Amino acid sequence: MSWIVTNIWLIPAVPLAFSLLILFLSSSRRAAAAGAAIIGQIIALGFSILAFLPTLQAPGFRAVQSFTWFTFGDQALRLGWVLDPLAAAMLIMITLVGLCIFVFSVGYMAGDKNFTRFFAYLSFFSGAMLGVVIANSLLLLFVSWELVGLASYLLIGFWIDRPSAAAAAKKAFITTRIGDLGFFLGMLWLYHTSGTLLFYDNGNGALEPSGLLKIGSSATLVALLIFCGAVGKSGQFPLHVWLPDAMEGPTPVSALIHAATMVAAGVFLVARVYPLFSLGAVNGVTPSLMVVISIGVVTALMASLIALAQFDIKRILAYSTVSQLGLMMVSLGVGGVAAGIMHLLAHGFFKALLFLGAGSVIHGLHHEQDIRKMGGLRWIMPVTFLTYTIGMMNLSGVPFFFSGGWTKEEILHRTAEWPLSRLPHYLMLAGVILTALYMTRQMIYVFFGRKRETSDAHESPRVMTMPLIILAVCSIILAIVLTPAWPWLHAYLNGEPARLDFGALIQPMLFLSLLLVAAGIGLAWLMYRNAGETDPLARAQPGLFRFLGQKMWIDEFYEHTFIAFSRVVAHLSDFLDRYFWDGLVNLFSGMGQAFAVLSKGFDDHAINARVDNTTAGARRFGRLIAARHSGQIQAYLGAIAIGMLLLLVLYAWLA
Amino acid sequence: MAGLITTLIVTPLVGALLVSATRNYARALALVFNLITIICAFIIWRNFDPGLPGLQLVERHSWLPAIGAEYLFGIDGLCLLLVVLTSLVFPFALLAQKMDRSFCALMLITQAALYGTFTAHNFVLWFLFYEMSLVPAFLLIKMWGGENRDRAATKFFLYTFLGSVAMLLSFLGIYFARGTFDFISLAELGKTGDVLPGKLKWLAFAGIFLGLAVKVPLFPFHTWLPDAYEAAPTGVSMVLTGALSKMGVYGFIRLLLPLFPNEIATLGPWLLTLTVCSIVIPPLVAWAQSDLKRMVAYLSINHLGYCMLGLFAATAPAVRPLEEMHAALSGVVMQMFNHGITAAALFYFVGLLEQRRGSRGIDDFGGLMQRTPLLCGWMSVVMFSSLGLPGLNGFIGEFLIFKGSFAIAAGYTAVAVLGLLFTAVVFMRAMQSLFSGPLTRACSTFLDLSSHEKWAIIPVTLLMFAIGIAPQFLFNIFNTTVVHMARLLA
Repeated sequence: MSWIVTNIWLIPAVPLAFSLLILFLSSSRRAAAAGAAIIGQIIALGFSILAFLPTLQAPGFRAVQSFTWFTFGDQALRLGWVLDPLAAAMLIMITLVGLCIFVFSVGYMAGDKNFTRFFAYLSFFSGAMLGVVIANSLLLLFVSWELVGLASYLLIGFWIDRPSAAAAAKKAFITTRIGDLGFFLGMLWLYHTSGTLLFYDNGNGALEPSGLLKIGSSATLVALLIFCGAVGKSGQFPLHVWLPDAMEGPTPVSALIHAATMVAAGVFLVARVYPLFSLGAVNGVTPSLMVVISIGVVTALMASLIALAQFDIKRILAYSTVSQLGLMMVSLGVGGVAAGIMHLLAHGFFKALLFLGAGSVIHGLHHEQDIRKMGGLRWIMPVTFLTYTIGMMNLSGVPFFFSGGWTKEEILHRTAEWPLSRLPHYLMLAGVILTALYMTRQMIYVFFGRKRETSDAHESPRVMTMPLIILAVCSIILAIVLTPAWPWLHAYLNGEPARLDFGALIQPMLFLSLLLVAAGIGLAWLMYRNAGETDPLARAQPGLFRFLGQKMWIDEFYEHTFIAFSRVVAHLSDFLDRYFWDGLVNLFSGMGQAFAVLSKGFDDHAINARVDNTTAGARRFGRLIAARHSGQIQAYLGAIAIGMLLLLVLYAWLA
Repeated sequence: MAGLITTLIVTPLVGALLVSATRNYARALALVFNLITIICAFIIWRNFDPGLPGLQLVERHSWLPAIGAEYLFGIDGLCLLLVVLTSLVFPFALLAQKMDRSFCALMLITQAALYGTFTAHNFVLWFLFYEMSLVPAFLLIKMWGGENRDRAATKFFLYTFLGSVAMLLSFLGIYFARGTFDFISLAELGKTGDVLPGKLKWLAFAGIFLGLAVKVPLFPFHTWLPDAYEAAPTGVSMVLTGALSKMGVYGFIRLLLPLFPNEIATLGPWLLTLTVCSIVIPPLVAWAQSDLKRMVAYLSINHLGYCMLGLFAATAPAVRPLEEMHAALSGVVMQMFNHGITAAALFYFVGLLEQRRGSRGIDDFGGLMQRTPLLCGWMSVVMFSSLGLPGLNGFIGEFLIFKGSFAIAAGYTAVAVLGLLFTAVVFMRAMQSLFSGPLTRACSTFLDLSSHEKWAIIPVTLLMFAIGIAPQFLFNIFNTTVVHMARLLA
């Protein structure tokens, strides 16, 4: 076993260490910062390839390393790393896509004054995501997961002087944290029922038969709670609202969030703990998987509809990500784990390509993002145009040369085989048309037609176009291992040997989806070919267009229900705190004070007055007596004489 | 080594005397004495055997046998951890602001009182120190506080004092019935279930509960806290939240839980409801605050609420697996320590902002990241620690508390988790309005962290990372004690 298998932790550790290093660099050391980040990523990529090789040796390879984090009571909390095909494939994708994005950023962020900090955050982001992938413990996965959240917060809000960026960062953090609460509880319940958080532990892990036996009937609850986390991170309905706003970050960040890190984490999480979802499945259907499918379908369709009515080049891509993630969830839900992960991997390449392409356009147009002001860029930015077209073909699901087409094909197959209903399948087919439609619309607006406000546009420098070319080539090369004729990646992920079978290429489904994609592209060509300032859809259906353009009013709905409600509750609590609870205390102390006043009154008027009266009487009496003590002998003698006389009278009377 | 604990307690008192006699360098002298107490605490740690469950380094002398008072000091894992915490929070607080000699002297007296509270094991002696902490704290707020200091100080003093009196009466009742003030004998009494006969037992329970619930504070006995923390000067706020607030939780662990297991079981649902309110409502209130200090004060209530959740979950419900009790109780002890340093650091930063700006309204600042990146960066670390981000200290305690509590009292814990969300909302809002956006004009002349400010904050931050990444060294201190405690409470 190669040394990297036992030291797999180095893969996330290297970017994290470099991130720390860059953070302590002075902000003028720009070249050093970018260099360090890129070198860190290259090392991580190298290690990932080294780690990938052993997983090829035997189908279903899995190497596990565990260690004790800390002990409490009489139990040890153990964490660990796992290397299996799922992790290895993700490692390669993340590091490779990440590397392209890092290089692109050198050009894109060239003018930014916080250049070094940007690269520190990027490295941190990549390291945290790599941690998610190799975690063999739900807790370690959660820790890395939260660090991914922190990194996205820092990067979305990177242009910190823009209030909108700060608001978007806050929204991303809080929205994903709502999902994370479910994840947190699910993790705790899993820990309680199975007694371990390790996935694989030589037969004692939570995902191994003995662990699953212990979890038993609570698997549905645990799976659904964990799925909450995936809904938040992967931008699924109803927690998808942060993802389009995350466009406030610099474009390379959007690429990273939408392709290699962050949103991939949710889908990956479901795939990682899939045994919990499928436990006790009848015909491959469990209640938790039903939920996954429903959420996925709703998300996929909703997002592709919204994408039709957006004018911001990045927002269209953002909604396409949401929709593709919904598709992956559907795939996982119908049992196509490998298909979902394949689409995730392919999506990582072509979505990074599309975002960086959009970044190149934005850069070339001096930070213009409105597609209505673009147009005719295909001659001005040829490299960007060509690579963007490849990305668009991938996303629209054109098979043959494009990896995204094959993986989407695979997912459609899976949905068709789902025993319960064909509805998800039909809805996903509708999604295929919509995707082709909105992507072609975007292409036409940006690259075709007449030049609108694009007179001084220019192609981006080599440092930015090279990553585009690499990503485009990758997305095409990847297609080789995805075809039904030689479904190597599928077999690799499922831990089976791959077979060569050219007959599998001929199948009705392929023609059907080709037809649908062609229909989508053709329809878009007809609709938008001569589109001017107003969108044809807006002209035909202004109400619908407005509804979609305003993102179905979901943000406004949340703003006026949940957020407004919490705000009211907060202010009510504050009010109660000041006036009710503290009021009770004040009432109590007031009662004490009132009692004090009363006692004082009683003292003054009842007790003290009596005492005063008594003492006054005594004084008067004293004064009376004192008056007799005049000091005059005559008076004393007189008194003695009177006394004597009285005694004599008394004596006589008694005798 | 005999007399170590006495030395620990006497050192700050001697310091207070000397400091009040000096003319200059009062704070430096106070820091020197803090250095001595740190060394003392360190020696105690070295001499402490973490593998033994009972009291160690016991100092026992006859004192006033007629009233059952005994000079009895000792250390177990929990005590030691709190002693260490106190030794860390006080120097940190002394570094937070300028203070004259009487200020320093009062701080040192408070410190001695805290050491006494955390090490005394006879009720009379314990109560003496418990009350002794109140007077200097009262004077500190009253004499050096901000706006409304008179009212806040009086409220703080009277409210907590009222609770203490109720507690004292309860203990007198127990003493007259059972003739002991010794904590260990009291705990054994509690196990038999007849601390006092009949209704009297409930009366005694109510008295002690009130005293401690006010001290922690537990909702709805908390209203003195925001006023006191807001009015207190920075250093005092740090001490109040970092160290003094642990006295209440410690009291619950040491006195109430062992003495009244049946009563707690009977009242379980009510107690758990109170703790859930303590966790969920204060961060909501914090969200509605515009004063940074008040905001942090409310979050402090929330964090101590987690401690109380762990404690009651580990004692109240009928079915309590021992391993989940271990988790909850370990989490509570961990959380006490973590909250101590994190909340103190939060107040420290609020103090820095207040020094620079002259006010501390959340809207008085804006765009600080452009002007003072270091201050914002380090403050963010502390805020993330407070909201329980993994990798920093806060997460460890909260994770264990929730793990134990969720397994034992699932419904209450599921609601309590909302506290984690609201805390995040509060901090996100604060970070947004303090650090981001355009730079406010009033903040455009701010200086970034000075070197001595860095020296105050870096050790604390490193400690946060150390605990968050490799917490074993803290568990080693108190694990045996927690296991012993769980056996006692099972």
